[in-house]
Amino acid sequence: MKEQLEAIRSEALDKIVQVEDIKVLQEIRVTYLGKKGSLTSVLKGMGKLSKEERPVIGEIANKVRDAITTALNEKIQKLEEAALEKQLNQETIDVTLPGRPVNVGGAHLLTSIVEEIEDLFIGMGYEVREGPEVETDYYNFEALNLPQNHPARDMQDTFYITNELLLRTHTSPVQARTMLEYKGEKPFKMICPGKVYRRDTDDATHSHQFRQIEGLYVDENVRMSDLKGTLDKFAKKMFGEDRNIRLRPSFFPFTEPSVEMDISCKVCHGEGCNVCKGTGWIEILGGGMVHPKVLEMAGYDPKVYSGFAFGMGTERIAMLKYGVSDIRAFYTNDVRFLKQFHQA
Amino acid sequence: MLVSYNWLKKYVDLGEITPEELADKITKSGIEVESVDFFAEKSTNVVVGYVASCEKHPDADKLNLCQVDVGEETLQIICGAPNVRQGQKVAVAKPGAKLPGGMKIKKVKLRGVESNGMICSLQELGVDEKYIPTDIATGIFVFPEDTPVGESVIPYLNLDDAILELDILANRADAMSMLGVAYEVGAILGKDIHFPDESVTVEETMAEEHISVEVDAPDLNPYYGAFVIKDVEIKASPLWMRNALIAAGIRPINNVVDITNYVLLEYGQPLHAFDYDRFNSDKIVVRRADAGEKIITLDEQERTLDEEMLVITNGKEATAIAGVMGGANTEVIDETKNVLLEAAYFDGGSIRKTVKATGLRSESSSRYEKGIDPNRVKKAGMRACHLLQKYANGKVLSGVVKFDKLDRSEKSVEVNVGKINGRLGTEISAEEIAKILHRLKFNFEQSNDTFTVTVPTRRGDISIFEDMLEEVARIYGYDQLPYTLPAGSNQAGGLTVRQTLKRKVKQYMENVGLMETLTYSLTNEANVQRLVSPEIQALQPVPVSLHMPMSEDHKYLRLSILPEMLRSLSYNTARNQSDLAYYELGAVFVSDEEKLTKQPSEQLRLVSALTGKWVEHPWQQEMKEVDFYVVKGILEGLFHFLELPVSFNRGKVDGMHPGRTATLAIDGKTVGFVGQLHPSLAKELDLKETYVFDVNIDAVFAAFEDIPQYSDIPKYPSVSRDIAFILDQEVLSGDVKQVIEEVGSPLVKHVQIFDVYQGENVEEGKKSIAYRLLYQDPNKTLKDEEVEASYKHIVEMVNSKFNAYVRS
Ligand SMILES: [Zn+2]
Repeated sequence: MKEQLEAIRSEALDKIVQVEDIKVLQEIRVTYLGKKGSLTSVLKGMGKLSKEERPVIGEIANKVRDAITTALNEKIQKLEEAALEKQLNQETIDVTLPGRPVNVGGAHLLTSIVEEIEDLFIGMGYEVREGPEVETDYYNFEALNLPQNHPARDMQDTFYITNELLLRTHTSPVQARTMLEYKGEKPFKMICPGKVYRRDTDDATHSHQFRQIEGLYVDENVRMSDLKGTLDKFAKKMFGEDRNIRLRPSFFPFTEPSVEMDISCKVCHGEGCNVCKGTGWIEILGGGMVHPKVLEMAGYDPKVYSGFAFGMGTERIAMLKYGVSDIRAFYTNDVRFLKQFHQA
Repeated sequence: MLVSYNWLKKYVDLGEITPEELADKITKSGIEVESVDFFAEKSTNVVVGYVASCEKHPDADKLNLCQVDVGEETLQIICGAPNVRQGQKVAVAKPGAKLPGGMKIKKVKLRGVESNGMICSLQELGVDEKYIPTDIATGIFVFPEDTPVGESVIPYLNLDDAILELDILANRADAMSMLGVAYEVGAILGKDIHFPDESVTVEETMAEEHISVEVDAPDLNPYYGAFVIKDVEIKASPLWMRNALIAAGIRPINNVVDITNYVLLEYGQPLHAFDYDRFNSDKIVVRRADAGEKIITLDEQERTLDEEMLVITNGKEATAIAGVMGGANTEVIDETKNVLLEAAYFDGGSIRKTVKATGLRSESSSRYEKGIDPNRVKKAGMRACHLLQKYANGKVLSGVVKFDKLDRSEKSVEVNVGKINGRLGTEISAEEIAKILHRLKFNFEQSNDTFTVTVPTRRGDISIFEDMLEEVARIYGYDQLPYTLPAGSNQAGGLTVRQTLKRKVKQYMENVGLMETLTYSLTNEANVQRLVSPEIQALQPVPVSLHMPMSEDHKYLRLSILPEMLRSLSYNTARNQSDLAYYELGAVFVSDEEKLTKQPSEQLRLVSALTGKWVEHPWQQEMKEVDFYVVKGILEGLFHFLELPVSFNRGKVDGMHPGRTATLAIDGKTVGFVGQLHPSLAKELDLKETYVFDVNIDAVFAAFEDIPQYSDIPKYPSVSRDIAFILDQEVLSGDVKQVIEEVGSPLVKHVQIFDVYQGENVEEGKKSIAYRLLYQDPNKTLKDEEVEASYKHIVEMVNSKFNAYVRS
C-alpha cells in the first residue's frame, strides 16, 4: 500500500506541474482527493491492514494528501496571479486621455463680492435686510433728510416713474424702512445689499444700474471711532491686512459728520503712483454719523440714540479688488468674463 | 471751483507750503481737491521786450523785421504776427529759450534775414486757447506799457501759478469764493486772512436820483441793491485781473465785465452790470415772469419764461433772468458810459428751478443755487465799485438803492466738550476746542465745558450740534480719531430663511453647471412684452415705464428676465461662444395699474437659458446638445433638492415652441414655465436651439417648509414591478404616471419611466411606455398577493382611462 500511495503522489504531483489550467487542476483535485478519488479508494483498503501498519500507512496517506493539496493550492494561486496580471495588463488604459467633463457653473463676480461682504458683517453681528427697487420719493429722499429742492438731490439724478415713485438711487431707503420697523425702540446692526439706478450714460466708469451695499448701526452712544474701527476691519478683511484706511470729511444729507473713506494704494502703499493718481489713496466708500433728523423721522430719539452708516458701490469694490477696468463688463455677461471669476 | 494758488496768496500767507501740500491738507480737512494743475508748463528764457522798431521784411510781405530791446541787448527778430507794432511791450523768447511743448528757440535765417528769437503769443507760452481774449486770439500778447523790460514774463503772465480744482459738495457753498477758500485754508493752517479793499470815494449825487428799486416777489428776492457808476471808460482790465480770471477758467472781456466776474469769484456774490442808458428806465422792478414772456439773453438766444421764474425788468420788459443770465439789450458794450450794478440775494430754490427749466447754468446761478452769504451782498457791490473807480475811472454815485427784507441774523449753536468726545470717541480738551473755534474764526462764549458758538452767515450749512461736531472733528483731524468697535452690540447677525434659501438655490444652480448672469432691469418695448410667464400674464400686467427714459432701450421695468438674458446669449454666440448655460435670480416688476399709484409688486424669479452643447466628450463618442429634458432635469433636480412636489403640464407661452413648453405648478398653482424658445424668435435673436425656464421663486419659497422633519428609514424590503403600456401617441406619460401613483397608493412608493418606444412591433399612432413601480410597506414585508392585486388594479385603471393595453 505504501507503494501505491507513493505512486499516487508522484503521479499527481507530476500532473500538477504540467497543468496550466485552473479547471484541470480542480479536476485533478477530484481525481485524487475526491470522495471517489484514487487516494480515497486506496485508503478504503486500510481495514485490511494490521493494527501496527494502520497508523503508519495512515500517516503516509495524510502526508500524500497534504503534499497534493499544497501543490494544488500553490499552483492554483500561481495561475490565478498570472491570470490577474494578464487581466490587469489587458485592462491598462491611457490615463492621460481627458475625463468625462462635468459642467462647472459659478456665481457672478458681483454676487460673490456681495456674499463676501455679507458674511464679513454677519460675523460682526449684522443682519441682512432687503427692500424694494421701486421706491417712493419719501423713502428715497425725504426720510433721508433730502426734501424737495434740496441741492444734494442733484448729486443723484433719478429715474422717476411718477412724481411719487422712482427707481431707488441708493439702498439707503432700506435704512429708513428698517428703523421704522423697529419703532425707535431697538438697537440694531444691519447691512442692505441691492440694485440701484441713476441717470448715467453707460461708459467705462458709469452704469445706469449698479449694486450698492450699505450698513447701519443704531444704538445708544455710538461713536465715530466705532465707524472708523469697523471700516478698518472691513477694509483689511476685504483687501488685505497690509492696507490702511483714511477718513476724509465729506457731505451726505443723511449723515453728519460725513466721511469719505480711502484705502491705501496696494501698489505704492501710500507713497503715490499711477494707480492712485499720485495720492497714495483710493476712494472706496462714504459714510458718517446718522443725521439726527433721519433718526427722528424714523422714530428714534436722537437724544438717546446715535448711529453710523456707510455705503459702497459693489462694482467699485470688485473693480479695485479684481482689477476690472470697465464697469460694463459686469452686465454684458460675456461667458469668458464670467468664467474668469466663477471661483471667486 | 478752480482756485489759483497765486491769487489765494493775496488773502492768506501760504509761507513755504507747496500747492501739492496745500491740496493734501485741504482734502484731508473737508474739501476734496480733485487735481493740482500747473498753469503752464515751465518756459525758460522768455522776457519782456520793447519793440524799438518794426518794418516789413524786405522779401516777405507777411513778415515783420523787428528790433527788440530785451534789456541787456537788442535782438533782431522776424515776427509773423499781424498785430506786432513799434512801441509794444512783448514776450520775447531769446535764443536758447525752451517753450511748453518742447519747442527750442535758436538763431535762424528767414528769407535771408537773421532772426534771433521769437515774439510769443499766449498759446505759445502754454495758456489754454479758450481763455485767450478774442482780440489777441490770432496774435502776440502785448503787455501794459509800464511793464519792465528784460524781466522774465512768468510772473507777469502768472505762468507759475498752480490751479487747485476743488470739488465743492452741496453743503460747502461758502467755499465757492476765494474768500471762502481763504477762510478754509486759514483754519487749516491757523493763519489770519487779509480782506480786500472796499473803500470808495463817492460823488455827491445820490444814486437814488437815477434809479429806484421795487421788488414784487420778496420771498424770492429779499434783497436787491443797485449802484450807479457814471462815466466809465471801457477798456481791458489790468493784467493781474485778467491773469486771475484766466486762472479761474473765465475769459477776460472788458474791465466792467471782468470786475463783476472778479468780485463774483472773490466774494462768491454774483453781480450784474447793466448799461444804464440801454436799461432805459429809472425804475428796476423785480417780479415773477409772465407765462410765455420772452427775453433774448446775453448768448443771443430767445428764452421763453414762466411764472416760476424771477425777472429783473425796467418796469416794462424783462432785462435779465434773475441770478441766471442778463439780457442782450442791456449788456455792457464798448460804448457803455454809465453802469447800473446789481448786487442781490435771490432764493436758491427758485434759481434751481429756473436753471432746470432753461438749461442755463452759470457761475452766478450755481452760487445762488447753493446759497450765498447774506452779509456779503452789499460788501461785494462796494468792492466792485472800488474796482470800477480804480480801473474804469467810474464815478460812483452816493448810496445803494435797495429793497431790503433780508435776514442777516447769525445762528448760535451750543456744544459741550463731553458730548463732542462722547460722539467722536475722542478726548479733546476744552482748550483745544477753543483753539479750533478761533481757527475757524467763529465767535463763541465759553462757560466751563460748554461753548455757545455764533455761526457766521457765510457758513449757512451749520445750524445744529452735529454740524459743529463735524467742524471740530475735521479741524482736529479725522486721522486722529481712534479705532474702536461698537461696545453695545448684542445682536446675533445672520441671514433670514429666505436669504439662506436664495443662497442654496444659487448654489444648486451653480453646482449643476450654470453660470450666473446679471442683466439690466430696464428694457425696451419689444422685450417687456416677451416671454412673460403665464401666471403673470393672467394678472394682465401693465409694463411700468420711466417718466423720462434716457434711451428707448432702457425704458420699461422688466416683466421677465429672459429677454435681456437672451440678449447676453446673442452677444456671446456672435463672438463664437456657443455653448451657454446661464441663470439669474432677480426681480420683475408687476403692476396692473394703467397709471401707477403704488409700488409694483417685485417678484423674485429664477430664470435660465441654455443653448449649444451640454455634454461634450468626443473621444468616447459622447455628445449631447441641450434639449428640453436637460432643462427640465435641472428644474426637477432643484425641486428634488428642495423636497417640493412640482407638476409639469403642457402649456402655451408666447415666444415659446408650442409643442415643447410646459408650465410648472405647485399645489395646482402655476409658478412658471420651461421649454424651447420658439424657433422664429430664436432666429430673430440669431440663436440656435435655445431652452429656457422662468420660475417664481418667491412662490417656491412660500411652499417650502424650513425645518424638514425626520421620517423613518424603511425596514422592510421593497418589491419592484415593470409594466409597459401601449398608448395612443397623444397620451402624456405624466398623466399615466399620475394614475399609477393614485391607484397604487399607498403601497406604490415610486414610479419611474424606464423606456419609451415607437417603431417596429408598435402600431402606427401608438407608443409604448414602460414604468417601473416600487412597492413598499413601512410596517411589514409585502406579500406577493398584495402586489399582484395592486398591479392588476393599476392595469385595469390605466387601460380603461387611456384606452391602453399592456404590451406583452
Ligand atoms: Zn499708488
